[in-house]
Amino acid sequence: MAEFFAMGGYAFYVWGSYATVTAVLVHQYAAPLIRRRKLLRELAGEARS
Amino acid sequence: MRAHIDPAPDLPQSAIRTRFHRFISPPWFYRFAARWSGRLGWSALLLFAAGACGGLVLAPPDYQMGDSYRILYVHAPAAWMSMFVYAVMAAAAASGLIWHLKLGEAVARACAPLGAAFTLCALVTGSLWGRPTWGAYWVWDARLTSELVLLFLFVGCMALSEALDDRRSASRAAAVLAVAGVVNLPIIHFSVEWWNTLHQGASVARFGRPSVDTRMLIPLLIMFAAFNLYFLAALLNRVSCELLDRERRTQWVAEVARG
Repeated sequence: MAEFFAMGGYAFYVWGSYATVTAVLVHQYAAPLIRRRKLLRELAGEARS
Repeated sequence: MRAHIDPAPDLPQSAIRTRFHRFISPPWFYRFAARWSGRLGWSALLLFAAGACGGLVLAPPDYQMGDSYRILYVHAPAAWMSMFVYAVMAAAAASGLIWHLKLGEAVARACAPLGAAFTLCALVTGSLWGRPTWGAYWVWDARLTSELVLLFLFVGCMALSEALDDRRSASRAAAVLAVAGVVNLPIIHFSVEWWNTLHQGASVARFGRPSVDTRMLIPLLIMFAAFNLYFLAALLNRVSCELLDRERRTQWVAEVARG
C-alpha cells in the first residue's frame, strides 16, 4: 500500500496532478449548480412579488 | 412552453426543421439539460473511477519514466479537451454571429470557463510531468507556448463577454475573438512537427503501429470517454444557468421558477 502511494518516488508529481484535476473539475461542475439554485430562488421571489 | 418558436408550416423539410428549431429553443434546451446533465455526470464519475483505477493500479510502470507516466491519464485527455472545447466554443460563437442563435451565444459563453479549466489542467499536469522527465517545470517550447496562448484566448473570451453592459454586444465581441482564435488550434496540433520541440509527438493515434501496451491504452481510452461525458454534463449545467439568466423576463422562466 505504501508502495502504491509512493508512486516509485514520483508521489508529489502524480498525486499533485490528480489532485489538481479533481479540484478544478469538481469546482467547474458544482459552481453552476449552486448558481442555478440561487437564481431559481431569486426568480421565484420576483415572480411572487 | 412548446409554442416558443413557430415553425414555418409549408416548407418541405419542415418536420426535421421543426424538431431542430424546438431543440435549440431556450425552454426546450433548458428541460433537455435538466434531464440529462445528472445522468451524464454520474456516468462520467463512474468512468473516471474506472480509468483512475486502471491507470494508477492495473497498468504497469513505464520502462523509461517509471510511475511518473501515470500523469498521462489526466494530462492527455485534459489537453485534448482544451482544444475540442475551443472548437465547440468557436462553432457556437459563429452560429450566434451568423444566425443570431441565442443558444449559440449561451453555449459559447458557457464553453469559455470550461475550456480555461481544461487548459489549466493540461498546463499544470504537464508542468508536474515535465519536472521529473525534462528537469524543468516550464520551458518555452512550441507546444507549451501555444497551449498557454489557448489559455489566454479562453480568458480573453470570458473577459470580453463580461466587458460590455449590453449582453448581446458583449457576446458578439467575445464571439469575434473566439472565431479568430481558431487559427491557434492547428498551431497547437502541429507544433510538435513544425518545430523541434521537447514535447513528444502522438503515440496513441498512430495508425497501423500500436506502440502502447493494451493495459496502458485501455485506461487512457476510458479517461478520454470520461472527460468527454464530463464536459457535456458540465456544459449543460452552465448553459441552463445562462439561459435562465438571459431569459429571466420570459414566460417559460417564470413557469420554471414557480416549479
